[in-house]
Amino acid sequence: MTQTTAIHGEKISLLRVLGPGHVWALGVGIVLVGEYMGWNFAVGKGGAIAALIACWVAGLLYTCVAMIDSEVTSTVAAAGGQYAQAKHIVGPLMAFNVGLFLVFAYTMLEAANAITLGYLVQTVGSMAGFPETHDKPFIVLTIMFLAWLNYRGVYATLTFNLVITAIAFVAIWVLFFAVQPWSSVYMKHGELLTGLPYGWLGVLAALHFGMWYYLGIEGTTQAAEEVRSPARALPLGTMTGIITLLIAATMTWYICAGIMPWEYLGQAVTPLFDAARLTDSNVLMVLLFIGTIFSTLASANGCINDASRAWFSMGRDRYLPQVFGAVHPKYRTPYRSIVFLVPVALVFAYFAPLDQVITFSILSGLLEYTYMAIGVMMFRQKWPLGTIKRGYVHPFHPLPAIVLLLLCSATYFAVFLGYGTQLIAMMVFYIVASLWFALHRYKFVRRGAQFTMPWPKPVGY
Amino acid sequence: MNNFQLLEYAAWGLSALLGLWMLIDLIRTDRTYSEELLTSSQEGEIEDALVIDPTHQGGHR
Repeated sequence: MTQTTAIHGEKISLLRVLGPGHVWALGVGIVLVGEYMGWNFAVGKGGAIAALIACWVAGLLYTCVAMIDSEVTSTVAAAGGQYAQAKHIVGPLMAFNVGLFLVFAYTMLEAANAITLGYLVQTVGSMAGFPETHDKPFIVLTIMFLAWLNYRGVYATLTFNLVITAIAFVAIWVLFFAVQPWSSVYMKHGELLTGLPYGWLGVLAALHFGMWYYLGIEGTTQAAEEVRSPARALPLGTMTGIITLLIAATMTWYICAGIMPWEYLGQAVTPLFDAARLTDSNVLMVLLFIGTIFSTLASANGCINDASRAWFSMGRDRYLPQVFGAVHPKYRTPYRSIVFLVPVALVFAYFAPLDQVITFSILSGLLEYTYMAIGVMMFRQKWPLGTIKRGYVHPFHPLPAIVLLLLCSATYFAVFLGYGTQLIAMMVFYIVASLWFALHRYKFVRRGAQFTMPWPKPVGY
Repeated sequence: MNNFQLLEYAAWGLSALLGLWMLIDLIRTDRTYSEELLTSSQEGEIEDALVIDPTHQGGHR
């Protein structure tokens, strides 16, 4: 017998089955692909030393993001992450924009990962003597398989991410020790580091791709309604995640900058895999190839998880049609949102060029971080310490928020140097979307019901 | 036809199957349950008290 209507008071919610390990896997899984590929374009912009400076400056930016995120999320534990935070702290229009930033940042990143995976399979085909291998079937299969996995349940999805992310992370460690960083057998930093070929402007330009080392770690917050203990698991998973990435980023730079000249490294597609090839070890080559594939899969997988939660939350609040706020009764996932975003990802993965897709993702992420800096200052002002229960309190406030704002401004400039037209086009898109929300959509929103946190009135209201 | 062409066809076929599976399940779920129940999730429900799993109530099979 099937149950077709709700018994009084009965509700279907997302399933709370995740632990801190899953949160770590979600955050690091989305990002680790940036260590395997992408970060090295920072080398092309300003040389290897500029890429190291960018790595650490972006690391500082993301440490601020992780600290701020941990405090706010341990308080606003809701699917949608920064969207739900913006709704409670700033207001509906900001929340709508942040929701869109999240969905586009993750969906574009998912498309970029699928394109990359297709390219890798195509490369293997060419190396195996089949130069006419197509990438498209594998791009589509990546998106469809991961969407299906996400549809079937969050526990299996993020356990899968945990395993493949851990393997990809261990592969970097193995390569690090295999190249004997304590000796000069492979490492030639003394010969290969040539200062700043494009001066300090090159360092600034490198910031654009320096973000690639960490972009997406803030996605841990999307699991807020699916972790068993949000106040503990979210800060723990996020902070251990950023520590993992800082270590992985520095090791990656050290290996690659010491084994390849910057002129090659700056345009390499798979720098860690190339480093493994230079060691002449078949075992390392296979391991790093597997690491590259796994990190790409983990990233796309986490992106589907996060984009669908953000879309779902907006549907639940009627910021978008309410149909997207549905939860699958058996699998307990936002199934309609997952299915709806599949064609969106497919269109971008199939038709758009990789660098445009990546830039769209970076810019959406950057807008989101800008909100986070402003949001946390408003959060502390409206609800000072002691007025509401916080699972984690980040230190040195407002310094992290100010640093984050300054670094975001510098990175906007860096992006403008390379992709000014895209930056302006995207701003126009978000302005048009905001107008649609304010003039048309907001009348459907249940204005009282959207604020769900049992907080006291904010100071000054 | 070489091995990679076979793999390509397999990838297309598997993609179509997975897509079809999701679509059929989505339609079946939407037909089986009321919209009120499917969209009953609410933000901020940290306690389990009111949240009932229909699979444990003789629900979806």
